[in-house]
Amino acid sequence: MATVELQLSPQPHHVRTARLVGVAAARRAGLPDELVDELRWALGEACSRAVALHAAHAPDVPVRVLLREDSTGLTVEVIDQGPQGPPSEDGDLAALFEGDEVDPRVSLAVLGGLVDDIDIAATATGTTVRLRWPLPPRSV
Amino acid sequence: MDLSLEDRTEGDRTVVVVGGEIDVYTAPKLREKLIDLVSAGNYHLVVDMEAVEFLDSTGLGVLVGGLKRVRAHEGSLRLVCTQERILKIFRITGLTKVFPIHASVDEAVAATD
Repeated sequence: MATVELQLSPQPHHVRTARLVGVAAARRAGLPDELVDELRWALGEACSRAVALHAAHAPDVPVRVLLREDSTGLTVEVIDQGPQGPPSEDGDLAALFEGDEVDPRVSLAVLGGLVDDIDIAATATGTTVRLRWPLPPRSV
Repeated sequence: MDLSLEDRTEGDRTVVVVGGEIDVYTAPKLREKLIDLVSAGNYHLVVDMEAVEFLDSTGLGVLVGGLKRVRAHEGSLRLVCTQERILKIFRITGLTKVFPIHASVDEAVAATD
């Protein structure tokens, strides 16, 4: 099992760092190119959401990102300690865009649309977004 | 890749060519660009997204903000995009009903509806 863990202070430019690390880990794990790109978009979205929540509500607390590879797949967890909003909604989200702020529900809906295997779990202190991709069998 | 922004005039439209990554870090630059254009009296915008390599919900928020600003002047904001992943994000969020989305800049510039 191989694990990469990042702790991001909630500053916007670190979201790009997380995307780059995620792409590197996914390539190394052998994820096909198309899914590497999917991971890049989804990890970026999840980190944008978490960093924005921390910047507003928990500026001294880092966002945690875990990339874990095992024999069957690659799991990405983005762990925040932001306030838990209402659950994501289906359908017309356009009404959730107010001013220049983006409702976190929009972000969760985008994630749900991008990735097939996704789990959004409330924790005692925030939310964990878990994304998972299967890995092709390794040739020996 | 960082965000790149260029604009040019085509008839009564202002075409904004966006390249690179629109995320929580770079979205404020796009917001400033749209605000500057509207402040200078450019109310009919075409945003060419063909060279965009990443877009998150922060970027969506900036585009919606731009649309609201031009609409306050009875203007328009049209998008040029054929990238499936970006189109998917617009569909997921219901924004395909909010933005006219075109397959080319020429089509967007010629559109009048």
